[in-house]
Amino acid sequence: MKIRKLLALLAALALLFAACGSDTSDTDDAAEAASDADVEASMAEDEAMEDEAMQDEAMEDDESSASASEEAMEDETMEDDEPSASASEEAMEDEEEPMEDNAMEDGEGEATADAEAAGEVPTRIVSLSPTGTEMLFAVGAGDQVIAVDNFSYYPPEAPVVEDLSAFTPSVEAIAAFEPDLILTSSPVEGLDALGVEILQLNAAVDLDEVYAQIEQVGAVTGHIGEATEVVLNMQTDIAAVLDSLPEREVPLTYYHELDPTLFSVTSSTFVGYVYGLLGLENVADAADEDGSAFGYPQLNQEYLLTADPDIIFLADTLCCEQNATTLGEREGWELLTAVQTGNIVEMNDDIVSRWGPRLVEFIQVAGEAVSAIEAVPAG
Amino acid sequence: MRPAAGRLSWYVGGVLFVFVTCALVLLVGQADLPRGRVLVEAFDRLTPGTIESGLEPIQKSIVWNLRLPRIVLGLTVGAALATAGATFQGVFRNPLADPYFLGVAAGGGFGATIAFVNDWGDGRGLLDGVQVAAFIGALVAVALTWTLGAIGDRRQSTTTLILAGVAVASFFTALQTYLQQRNTEDIREIYVWFLGGLTTQGWSEVIQSAPLALVCIGLLLLAGRTLDVLGVGDDEAGMLGLSVVRTRLLLIVIAALLTATAVAVSGLIAFVGLIVPHTVRLIFGHSYRVVLPMSVLIGASFLVLCDVAARTVGNASEIPIGVVTAFFGAPFFVVILRTANR
Repeated sequence: MKIRKLLALLAALALLFAACGSDTSDTDDAAEAASDADVEASMAEDEAMEDEAMQDEAMEDDESSASASEEAMEDETMEDDEPSASASEEAMEDEEEPMEDNAMEDGEGEATADAEAAGEVPTRIVSLSPTGTEMLFAVGAGDQVIAVDNFSYYPPEAPVVEDLSAFTPSVEAIAAFEPDLILTSSPVEGLDALGVEILQLNAAVDLDEVYAQIEQVGAVTGHIGEATEVVLNMQTDIAAVLDSLPEREVPLTYYHELDPTLFSVTSSTFVGYVYGLLGLENVADAADEDGSAFGYPQLNQEYLLTADPDIIFLADTLCCEQNATTLGEREGWELLTAVQTGNIVEMNDDIVSRWGPRLVEFIQVAGEAVSAIEAVPAG
Repeated sequence: MRPAAGRLSWYVGGVLFVFVTCALVLLVGQADLPRGRVLVEAFDRLTPGTIESGLEPIQKSIVWNLRLPRIVLGLTVGAALATAGATFQGVFRNPLADPYFLGVAAGGGFGATIAFVNDWGDGRGLLDGVQVAAFIGALVAVALTWTLGAIGDRRQSTTTLILAGVAVASFFTALQTYLQQRNTEDIREIYVWFLGGLTTQGWSEVIQSAPLALVCIGLLLLAGRTLDVLGVGDDEAGMLGLSVVRTRLLLIVIAALLTATAVAVSGLIAFVGLIVPHTVRLIFGHSYRVVLPMSVLIGASFLVLCDVAARTVGNASEIPIGVVTAFFGAPFFVVILRTANR
């Protein structure tokens, strides 16, 4: 009797687990799920082959490991000698200061210099940074990319690997791709151990840094010419938007919504910085004056209703299906100036949260909304 | 036993305290509204007949759509958590029991996470997907705990149930964390839900939670004597003619339902359900015939007071209410403990 109950319980738990599994894949397309399975299968095969190889090599292990470590020693000493000199030379040559922040991991950057000198470019790039992926494809290095993380779904041809997470990265999973260049947006513990060149693209703080990162991606992948062109086009397009803005005595105010619980950004974030370029004033700045929310405060509803911003930018159209209509349906919001004048801008969540080449689209969409509001002479 | 007249004066005092608290907190908020007019506006809305308060339309909306529903939601959730906490403490004769006992929190959190991941809703509005899923998750977890406890121990001692609850909670937490890590794009929503909050627009959350909460609280208020009897021990209560296992199941079901109702609309608000009953006990004595009704009143006003801090202390921003309940609740509890033991 007891056993039967236990079995029933176990069955229920198994069902629950199955439900969990399907929850995650439900959100994906069937096609993606299929490709997922393929990858898993091929990875399993790889593992099996590795196992065999291991057995074969087991005999030779003693010698080879010794020689390998010797080689490693030699490599290190080599690196210590010359490259430090070349590194400082490189640093001298670089005019952009932000480059330093995104400089390659110690000892790896020199490898690139050598590779470039020898005319070698990485052909097995793994990107753990959605912004980095967009930059890679923009500079024409898309063909050299073999795997990108599960959020790098733009451009559509990017080889997304559903199980490759940039948030909880598995160094072994990354190693399985045998990459020769890895793009990240934050440090990954243990990634250095692979001995592969790593390019870390930290979240940009201003346009110069965006341009510097794109040029850096171009330089590392052997597409410096295209990268320069991408940057020039961006600069031209952004300047065109900024020049077209009407003069205003009193700046317009805005609210940038990250989700319906009123999480927002302040001017200290990159997104806030971009709106600042457009001459806008952020109503959320008051909510994080001490910086304790790191530029991402949750606004109080009463405050927002009294602050009554001129424009509302919705960056939760994809995540949370918000739009001008749903905004107007919120209790009390129908009285807001922005809702009454229709100055609600539905943004693409992804574009406004990345600092890649599509930044131009962000600035164009926001700029159009700003220009559409007539400049009222002061007084 | 305290005389009935004394007890009545406590209740009257408690109800008055709740009303005064509500009236006062109605005047406070991030929007700087003329106080007299706010009271007039609230009176106008809550009573038949029309009085013009003279507030701007947007100010009226702040009073009616933001402040009032948030206060009523605070009363509901505070009363629900405190009453459920007191009940669990009585049923298990365990001072550390709280409403999130028996896996309610982990189950509710798992349900909410499933809903967030599948975009069933955003946790706000009437019968929102997240709220429904959290409600169901919480109840499923308790049911599982009860079943496991019954399998493990035919006599169904409280210890077995508590241990089963620990196991179920860990299990659901594992599932929840797994799901959350697989869907990092939803992590902020999930995180905010877990911190709990009474942010509300309009009355849908109140409409959804208050009736069920009132019924459950009403039923539990009738159980004061039963809880007192349970307090003497399972065997003794059995000898006094109480069907211990059945009574316990009934009380747990009602208290779990009550907690699930609160969790669905406000996420996880820590500490209220634990310290309010203890505070009440230290001030008003140990009989559940007093502890339960006073927990309703004190719990309701305590959460409403904490919410004032949650919505006004941050300049233009919100502070998670769980932070406030613990920040003010813990020292307050220590003071009560010291004065009571002196």
